[in-house]
Amino acid sequence: MTKNYNVQEMIDKNKSNSSNTIEKLIPTILFLITSISILATIAILYILASESIEFFRRIPFIDFITGTDWRPYSGDAQYGIWALISGTFRIVIIAAIFAMPIGLGAAIYLSEYSSDTIRRIIKPILEVLAGVPTVVYGYFAINFVTPILRSIWSEVDLFNAISPGIVVGIMIIPMIASLSEDAMSSVPRAMREGSYGMGATKIETTFKVVIPAAISGIMASFVLAISRAIGETMIVSIAAGSNPNFSLDITSTLQTMTAFIVQITSGDTAFGTDIYYSLYAVGLTLFFFTFLMNMISIWISKRFREEY
Amino acid sequence: MTPDTKIETKNIKKQNIVSSTDAGTLSNDNRKNVFSSKNFNLWYGDNHALQDINLDFKENDISAIIGPSGCGKSTFVKSLNRMVELVPIVRTEGQIIYKDRDIFEKSFTKEELRTKVGMVFQKPNPFPKSIYDNVAYGPRVHGIKKKKILDEVVESSLRDAAIWDELKDRLHENAYGLSGGQQQRVCIARALAIEPDVILMDEPTSALDPISTIKVEDLMKELKKNYSIIVVTHNMQQAARVSDTTAFFYEGYVVEHDDTNVIFENPNDKRTEDYVSGRFG
Repeated sequence: MTKNYNVQEMIDKNKSNSSNTIEKLIPTILFLITSISILATIAILYILASESIEFFRRIPFIDFITGTDWRPYSGDAQYGIWALISGTFRIVIIAAIFAMPIGLGAAIYLSEYSSDTIRRIIKPILEVLAGVPTVVYGYFAINFVTPILRSIWSEVDLFNAISPGIVVGIMIIPMIASLSEDAMSSVPRAMREGSYGMGATKIETTFKVVIPAAISGIMASFVLAISRAIGETMIVSIAAGSNPNFSLDITSTLQTMTAFIVQITSGDTAFGTDIYYSLYAVGLTLFFFTFLMNMISIWISKRFREEY
Repeated sequence: MTPDTKIETKNIKKQNIVSSTDAGTLSNDNRKNVFSSKNFNLWYGDNHALQDINLDFKENDISAIIGPSGCGKSTFVKSLNRMVELVPIVRTEGQIIYKDRDIFEKSFTKEELRTKVGMVFQKPNPFPKSIYDNVAYGPRVHGIKKKKILDEVVESSLRDAAIWDELKDRLHENAYGLSGGQQQRVCIARALAIEPDVILMDEPTSALDPISTIKVEDLMKELKKNYSIIVVTHNMQQAARVSDTTAFFYEGYVVEHDDTNVIFENPNDKRTEDYVSGRFG
């Protein structure tokens, strides 16, 4: 076979100057793209902070963070954030109590007990559950869960904490299950064998070796899921009502921080009023809590990481 | 078991050794078999990995199993404590008798078997816990909770594993901070803590440096006073140095099983001779 081409020549011919320029430009372009998300975060923080400062010029900061009465529309307007925080916390605690054992149980099953076939079927289903739009969960809460709860527990109102709390829990189960399962299945097999080798049963091995070794990942999954529950908006706007109150009552209507923000931004609140500025103060408080949860999650991952 | 009875059993075992030191060969040995496999076969799916294995292991011997990679030696030793069944596609046939009981009997649970037959693995696999919690793990799993007893067990196990002096001031440090050799001896201590009869070792020094290897080998010679040891090794010098008997596995069969000096100096089978003289494997 005679060779009527020369690869080196072809390479030389194809090597144009323009490709060098692109090669040099690419990092700059990528840097600009990366900057967008950081700039957006800085801009959001700036607006939250500056507008909140305006709010605190009108309403004393001390009243805001110590007050338990949130009545922005009344003649004698009150801006006590604890009414909204207590609404958010009721939802979050119910969701966490509901989701943590179920999510962890699912993770234990998938990581330690299920066969490969079952895991291959169940994991994608869990991920689908994570992709359901939250507005659909909201309707699920008010049209399905609330009626069931009211039929078995007559004190439950149409708008309440327990139904959206449970549904927010359902929403965060896949997150807990999936992240905890990842943490548990990355515990080396050799470690389980060490435990079986001493006559430990599967359940003993799971609780005394695998879960302690995976605890940082499991705790981080809890914290991230709780952070998600704090920020959850649609489900609580639809099913929890819009009546801020400072209490521990889970059967009657309440309002969360997120639901308040939705209510104001979708209403006809005039620009420049106290209510308008209160949005930013509530937004900042919300941001504070999710930021705190993320910090806790990072701290847990570092503090409890078991080296293996 | 109270500390007193333990000392008694140890003494009995020691007498056994004294009475059997002159029994050089397999045949005229009146010690009991600790393990004996009868026509044992094992398949991984369609792969017939162990074929008609008939082997006897004596009490208080160090029995070595050698052979090239993939010959089934690890599979066999993992069959002895049924650890091999963690692989879902495994199927077995035949018997393995542990002290008069078939280990595959329904009434003999895996957990009970593994409580009597401890194991040390190829790679040190301590738990990511403190040294103390690692060694106390076995007793705790089996319901021993008294702190005083656990303290004693931890100390005596670490002493038996010849690592107490090195670690006595570091008991509450994470075992992962130790060197590989120390980790492996902690794993040996962990296995000793439940006072098994037999210790299976699956290439226990293959991940260790030469000095740690020698320490583990010395430890094995010490331990055989009180325990029966079955050790898989790819290292023939190790088998020659530490073991009383050696079984040579090849492609899923036992080619030859005899006293170690016979296997290494005067083997019957050509393949054994080729393997121990380094011509293949």
